[in-house]
Amino acid sequence: MNQKQNFFKGIIKENPLFVTVLGTCPSLAITTSLENAIGMGIAVFFVLVLSNLIISLLTVNPKMKELVKPVRIPVYIVVIATLVTIVEMVLHAFLVDLYNSLGVFIPLIVVNCIILGRAEAFASDNKPVDSVVDGMGMAIGYTLALMSISFFRELLGRGLITVWGEKSANPIQLNLLPIFEFIGIEPINMFLKPVGAFLTFGFILAVLAAIANKKAAKMASEVKQA
Amino acid sequence: MSISGLISLAFTAMIIENVILNQFLGICPFLGVSKKRSSAVGMGVAVVAVILLSGIITWSLYRFVLSPLKMEYMQTIVFILVIAALVQMVELILKKTSPALYKALGIYLPLITTNCAVLGVALINIRKDYNFAEMIVFSLFIPLGFLLVITIFSMLREKIDTAPVPKAFKGTPIALITAAILAMIFSRFGGLI
Repeated sequence: MNQKQNFFKGIIKENPLFVTVLGTCPSLAITTSLENAIGMGIAVFFVLVLSNLIISLLTVNPKMKELVKPVRIPVYIVVIATLVTIVEMVLHAFLVDLYNSLGVFIPLIVVNCIILGRAEAFASDNKPVDSVVDGMGMAIGYTLALMSISFFRELLGRGLITVWGEKSANPIQLNLLPIFEFIGIEPINMFLKPVGAFLTFGFILAVLAAIANKKAAKMASEVKQA
Repeated sequence: MSISGLISLAFTAMIIENVILNQFLGICPFLGVSKKRSSAVGMGVAVVAVILLSGIITWSLYRFVLSPLKMEYMQTIVFILVIAALVQMVELILKKTSPALYKALGIYLPLITTNCAVLGVALINIRKDYNFAEMIVFSLFIPLGFLLVITIFSMLREKIDTAPVPKAFKGTPIALITAAILAMIFSRFGGLI
């Protein structure tokens, strides 16, 4: 497998959220706005890339690997928890708004199955460079998945999407309120509530499954013709 | 806090701000181990025991060790280590004292370490600055809410398995949509208090 495949598998083929359904807790809780999703994605990116790097460095030497093996899970957890603490402190110092809106879900990155899963399934058996590339791909795939859920939730629930609204003079904004008004409906508040999280996630998974089913059917018919 | 305050905290923790349907903690086991009722109940009971114990230990550690030493920033690392060690210990004790219970719960115990509800409750106890009584009530009724919802959900899922669901919705999507309907029902309890 070359580096490019290694990178892109995390985004599409093995997307951590939509294909393997890992790390679902934050994906439902913090996707009320696109801004939160991007912030969470960056935090996960930092932790996942560095934890993959450190863990693959720990296990790159066969002797070291033998030594770490019986206590590997506690070792991984300490590495991850340290990185998460760093992220938490940095966010608290420089991005207080984001820190407050993500709340308890920043320290909970420790128990996000994606990070421990990549450590166990990939970083512990691969070279440091491969592990970093894998971590980047997985984190970007996760971020894109979070962004797609929050995109629909914020758009339907609030009628407009604002990114960095309070910080800059001219925020990036996508406003659908005039269209809502034209049709004569109000933004659907339900999508910002927990109900909306489950519904949006369920429907996105169903659409992806439908696409996958179609592809599989097409391939099967091609095989039949051949 | 008065007794009535504690009762309303218990009701809020268990039903209104349900750990799964409102706070989104512990979704992984909620989707993963809810295919059969027996395993769902087993998981729920194990979670109740671990969350209550870990809540008491982490709260005491924070109050009597981390806070006096001004080491609050270490809480995430310390808490996750305590939880991992606690889960191992509960597993060992169960194995020794009641093999029958160990057999029933055994496979779910290691999974609890990565259940975000456990670390989540430990952290919320600290963030909301609960005193001892509130902490006990909160760490008992949050997992009881988990047990309640995962039991209901597993019964629904057993029915859905035999229902004619559109092909694209089979599996996780229909489970999530069922959860959405459950969340809708539970959110209506908010008017009670």
